[in-house]
Amino acid sequence: MLRYTVRRVLMMVPLLFLVSLGVFALVLMIPGDPAITIAGENATEAQIDATRERLGLNDPVLVQYAAWAGNALTGDLGSSLFSNESVTGAIAGRFPVTLALTLAAMVIALLIAVPAGTVAALRRGRWQDRGATLFASVGISLPNFWVGILLIMAFALAFPIFPAVGYTPISEGVGAWARGLVLPGITLGTAVAAEITRQLRGSLTDTLQQDFIRTARANGLSGRAVILKHGMKNAAVPVVTVIGFQVGFLLGGSVIVERVFGLPGLGDLAIRAVLQRDIPMIQGIVVVAALIVMLVNLAVDLSYGWLNPKVRQA
Amino acid sequence: MTATAVDRREALAPPEPSARARFLRRFRRQRLALGALVYLVLVVLATALAPLLATHDPLAQNLASVLQQPGGGHVLGTDDLGRDVFSRALYAGRVSLLAAAQAVGVAVLLGVIPGLVAGYAGRRVDAVIMRLTDALMSFPPLILAIAFVGVLGPSLTNAMFVIGVIFAPRFVRLVRGTVLSIREETFVEASRSIGTPTPRVILRHVLPNALSPLIVQISLTAAMAMLAEASLSFLGLGVQPPDASWGSMIERGFRYTATAPWLTVFPGLLIALTVLAFNILGDGLRDSLGREIRRGS
Amino acid sequence: MTEPLLVVDGLEVEFATDRGWVQVLDGVSFAVGRGETVGLVGESGSGKTVTSLAVLGLLPPESSRITAGSIRLDGRELVGLPRRKMEALRGDELSMIFQEPMTSLDPAFRVGDQIAEVVRRHRGGSKRAAWARAVEVLSTVGIPHAERRARSYPHEFSGGMRQRVMIAMALSCEPKLVIADEPTTALDVTIQAQVLDLLRAMRDEFGTAVVFVTHDLGVVADICDRAVVMYAGQVVERSGIDALYEHPRHPYTEALLSAMPQLAARSGRLATIPGSTPPAGAMPPGCRFHPRCGHVVDACRGTPVAEHPLAEGGTSRCLRVSDLVLKGSA
Repeated sequence: MLRYTVRRVLMMVPLLFLVSLGVFALVLMIPGDPAITIAGENATEAQIDATRERLGLNDPVLVQYAAWAGNALTGDLGSSLFSNESVTGAIAGRFPVTLALTLAAMVIALLIAVPAGTVAALRRGRWQDRGATLFASVGISLPNFWVGILLIMAFALAFPIFPAVGYTPISEGVGAWARGLVLPGITLGTAVAAEITRQLRGSLTDTLQQDFIRTARANGLSGRAVILKHGMKNAAVPVVTVIGFQVGFLLGGSVIVERVFGLPGLGDLAIRAVLQRDIPMIQGIVVVAALIVMLVNLAVDLSYGWLNPKVRQA
Repeated sequence: MTATAVDRREALAPPEPSARARFLRRFRRQRLALGALVYLVLVVLATALAPLLATHDPLAQNLASVLQQPGGGHVLGTDDLGRDVFSRALYAGRVSLLAAAQAVGVAVLLGVIPGLVAGYAGRRVDAVIMRLTDALMSFPPLILAIAFVGVLGPSLTNAMFVIGVIFAPRFVRLVRGTVLSIREETFVEASRSIGTPTPRVILRHVLPNALSPLIVQISLTAAMAMLAEASLSFLGLGVQPPDASWGSMIERGFRYTATAPWLTVFPGLLIALTVLAFNILGDGLRDSLGREIRRGS
Repeated sequence: MTEPLLVVDGLEVEFATDRGWVQVLDGVSFAVGRGETVGLVGESGSGKTVTSLAVLGLLPPESSRITAGSIRLDGRELVGLPRRKMEALRGDELSMIFQEPMTSLDPAFRVGDQIAEVVRRHRGGSKRAAWARAVEVLSTVGIPHAERRARSYPHEFSGGMRQRVMIAMALSCEPKLVIADEPTTALDVTIQAQVLDLLRAMRDEFGTAVVFVTHDLGVVADICDRAVVMYAGQVVERSGIDALYEHPRHPYTEALLSAMPQLAARSGRLATIPGSTPPAGAMPPGCRFHPRCGHVVDACRGTPVAEHPLAEGGTSRCLRVSDLVLKGSA
């Protein structure tokens, strides 16, 4: 298990390198002279030169990359072109909001998907199954910002149960914090719930047809024990894979949901950076997002080792 | 497979019709997918015939009748500038559908060739292409799209090009999988052994076999592309005023959630239904394909 | 006189299909005495596996139903027994060993845990005690270093060893009856012999009655006291093992005997039975075997044939049972 873990961690290195190359290349993709773009259309020649110097754009590309990547490795992602705020600091400040939002979405998604997918697999072809399948199809088809707006209309305006916008830090009360996350969490979690429901239904159905399920039943294990223990553990691998995939989706979706509900998270930071063309900030956010996705994939792969003992030896 | 299932299948073994007849027969049984197809055809027709169907000039502002409720002179009401929502939705649908088509087109073009190369070329080229697709897939798609659009500047064409690039790995994998499975088939080996040039083998054997899973993937990708377009336009990174897509209509209407909910409800419903139709069509097509073809994806 | 351990009487089973309910078992009757080994023999599609699943109450409830007949274990009626009571019996009083040792164990759990789970289900007690019992049965079925091997996962065992684990699991609560469904078919010939030896030894040690489900009459000769031959959902012959081999009383048994590889090798050619089992729902009229039978007469094509009791014990479902002299293997 230890060797598997070490190997899997080492596999991240080349991927990280590729990602860093890609993120760095963003600057090179700016059409025309990045210095002009960044300094602004009306900047003077001197301002543009100063910008060029500040960004290190006069150095050879490889030197620029080495400097940027070297700093990034020490946790220094540069500073904002506009506020001079450190990118790392800005991201760290916004991170708790996005983390809370994505966790809320994942919790809500699992609360919906695990029962729905299980019941669909057990009642295949009946109304429970058709209902879950319909939910899965519709759930991945709804634009989440639209879901958010509808929820605001229903549960913040028509029936003011939850706040329409804003974020309450957990330090100001767990109740208010959680209440503020309900609508955003549902908004972000619906599509994830649909995706997990679909996957769980499929893989649990497959697993329940396996020979070892019949063995367990032939030895008197009750239907519930068989499904919950042997069925779930074996059905979990593809489901966990899908959950891992969803984290990337959640990060992207949080950009939109934060916009709809006025939450000051990473997504909100990203939109501001993009609209201001704050390149170091954009780069920093992409690197952090990719890193999060990679770490989640790592966790998913390591969980395979527990779920499927065969993987450990491979 | 339990013995009982075997027994039952034996009892019911049907005669073997041709693959295409089998596909058509299965697809016709998918009522929902047929309905989705009909809906999509109607939406495409309606947006294509927008100049004929529109009741008003979609750009004509009328400050005397802003935020009018649906009904009366305006079927779906008016927006904050007094523009007719129904007419705008028709033209916006064009933008949304064309944007999705652009993204899917880019994804197919960028996906098929590397997929063919990865499947045909030796191990090393294959490994490089597959690692690159892995790297591309390890980015959260929307974050990547936002970053690219941020660098390239907000415009619908930029946005959909990026979305296409992000969805390309799906097609790389699909085509590569088909090539790998098909090149082992006897008829392809026979064809190669008598010296048929590779491009011809691809045209004659690989692409026809990849077509069905490709169409399935295109339908499912169109659904995702529509959602991505709507999201980017909602964030103001896609279509730019005075043009509108369904997503940007919601963005504009969002400011009037409390007073004019129809501005967000109708365009959202159109997006949801169209995306749902693409998804249902894709699923229906996949279910109509035999297992032997599906393996490629 | 007390009833035998297992009595299957007039069992009829139907499966749901696109064309409605189709009968797959037609009046299956046989009995198994305490400690006895009975072969349930037939080609695939004969209904032997459906019969065994019915005895264990493992037929899928949504797509199959028992329409008539009775299954009694130790005098207790199993047909219509509430699900929970049936679950309590399975693994405790009767159990089953399946054909595929490679897929019949859960890959995600240690074999010791899987056996201990069954023990705890029926015997209760501490986890430690159940684990000890698991190690004990593993060692009984001839797994070397059982203490250590109990902590291994199924994929770390060979096919033959996995089948031993399956047998250990089935016997862990010392059931009165074990149904072994082609337990050796998926194994190499040498391993097959070892597993058969093991089953025989287990039967002798625990006094377990065994229903041995197989298509291979050669294996039946090795291990069984009596045989029940099935064809197309019916029992066509029931007989003691020596009588069956010396004087088969049904043409299908004769055909099976001549198709045995061991005999075919002796005669220099591999005999096969022409044709195949008719699909359920499309049974030929009259005797179900008549289209493939070498001794067919017009009467066979008319009305269905009932089971004829034989003077020497057993039954045969052949019209010509009294006038045919069939070739045995002796």
